[in-house]
Amino acid sequence: MKSTLDVAAIKSDFPIFDVPMRGGKRLVFLDSGATSQKPIQVMDAERNFYSTQNAAVHRGSYYLAEIASEAYEGARESVAKFLQVKSEEIIFTKSATESLNLLAVSFERSSGRLGIKAGDEIVVSELEHHANLLPWQQLAKRTGAVLKWFEMNADGSLDLSRIDEVITSKCKVVAITHQSNVLGSAPDIAPIIAAAHAVGAIFVLDGCQSVPHQPVDIKGLDIDFLTFSGHKALGPTGIGVLWGRSELLEQMEPFLYGGSMIETVTMTNATWAPSPKRFEAGVPNMAQAVGLAAALDYLSAVGLSNIHSWEMQLTEYALKGLQEIDGVSVVGPQGLANRGGVISFVIDKLHPHDVGQVMDQYGVAVRTGHHCAWPLIRKLGLTGTTRASFYLYNDLADVDVLLESVLGARDYFRKR
Amino acid sequence: MELDSLYQEVILDHYKKPHHKGLPTGEIQVHHVNPNCGDEITLSLAIRDGKVEDLVWDGVGCSISQASASIMSELVSGKSVADAQIALQEFTEMMQSKGKYQGKEEILEDAVALAGVSKFPARVKCALLGWMAFKDAAIQNGAEL
Repeated sequence: MKSTLDVAAIKSDFPIFDVPMRGGKRLVFLDSGATSQKPIQVMDAERNFYSTQNAAVHRGSYYLAEIASEAYEGARESVAKFLQVKSEEIIFTKSATESLNLLAVSFERSSGRLGIKAGDEIVVSELEHHANLLPWQQLAKRTGAVLKWFEMNADGSLDLSRIDEVITSKCKVVAITHQSNVLGSAPDIAPIIAAAHAVGAIFVLDGCQSVPHQPVDIKGLDIDFLTFSGHKALGPTGIGVLWGRSELLEQMEPFLYGGSMIETVTMTNATWAPSPKRFEAGVPNMAQAVGLAAALDYLSAVGLSNIHSWEMQLTEYALKGLQEIDGVSVVGPQGLANRGGVISFVIDKLHPHDVGQVMDQYGVAVRTGHHCAWPLIRKLGLTGTTRASFYLYNDLADVDVLLESVLGARDYFRKR
Repeated sequence: MELDSLYQEVILDHYKKPHHKGLPTGEIQVHHVNPNCGDEITLSLAIRDGKVEDLVWDGVGCSISQASASIMSELVSGKSVADAQIALQEFTEMMQSKGKYQGKEEILEDAVALAGVSKFPARVKCALLGWMAFKDAAIQNGAEL
């Protein structure tokens, strides 16, 4: 199998791979679905911002404030270019979680097409991470709106057989993940987007597991909002992105109130700045935005299509290996169709924590448990899974250690 | 292997054949969860003449959480509330010691096998789940812990 990427060169950009794990083992990092490692270029960008550009953006009239503002707005332009949208449509948040909360709270405060009130319907799916479930679930509770959802099939796809009953004329918002963080399955969102738009509803795409790993064509998908988190895309923590259609953003009420997001303020009233400033109260995470821009530049230089195809090669190799091990069951999609580079599995009747503990002895970092998607895990009749997720810095040797450690975990408990 | 200090024989024995595990029937039932991993335990007990009795628990979780609940239930059943409290304190101290304190065997009996868990910060909560459920249930049954 020939790599479409120069993984050795990529790996050398990530200092963390030089850190010895328990027992001096080399790090086999298979938890990029939770957070990615950072290349030196991203750290340098943050360091450079603090070393040469640091001042509060959009405030001072002095030179340094101008440079800082240019760096921050330059980062916004980089994100816009990466997503191929207008830069005024890019809102920096602290995380994808905050982006989704921003939407839910803003919709509650807004009126017209975007406003949520009693009797309206909000649609999610059983695949959702808690971050794309709880903001909508709680919004429904607060407003008297009705939360509905698409059910999940055993292979991790969504049951769209009753799509007209799930999305009705009362539906105002549909929020669905682009790819399950637990199973790696990519639901067929095209008919859902079409059904949402047919009844005038807004479609929100949770791109946390897709945007860092593959080209995402916002215009082609015809969605209304998209979010992803910086730290899963080689970027720093503390920075997330919300993209929205500008005509919708202009109708939305603010989420957080404070400095920078206003037009005028009196003791009794205020009016709001246009987007994106309206949604960026307070001094923003400037260095993190600059770091994220460097991360996206890094991804673009390698090429999102190359990254995706390499991850699928790793997934194919790992799936085959796991499926050949007696006692191991891959959970969710069994093949390569409609999935990304995330694999969940269970071993015998072992609890995933015990599995992960043994795998750790091999230097393998995997996620264990319910993966912040408890309803999905319950639906599968499980208490948790062990999850391996791949990224551009993983190679076939990593998969070999994964398989060796899975065998090791199985045998450790079988023989005792 | 470092792993063997975590998964001692006695722990795996309790995991495979947990003691006092069944359907809790007491009037007061406590339900504790470890939200990080989804481990759950339901536990009930009675306090008669100052002694812990009728302790029954049910739950799902990893080998550490299940074995620890089993060992705890074996240890405190039939003991006076005062002795159970001493054991609870000793166990908590051992768990918070980051591998530095092995615990007194005359107080903890089989539970000293869990000393190795305290070297793995992510697993300490697993080991404490059953014990915290016991503490809660005892207090709700009028014990002063």
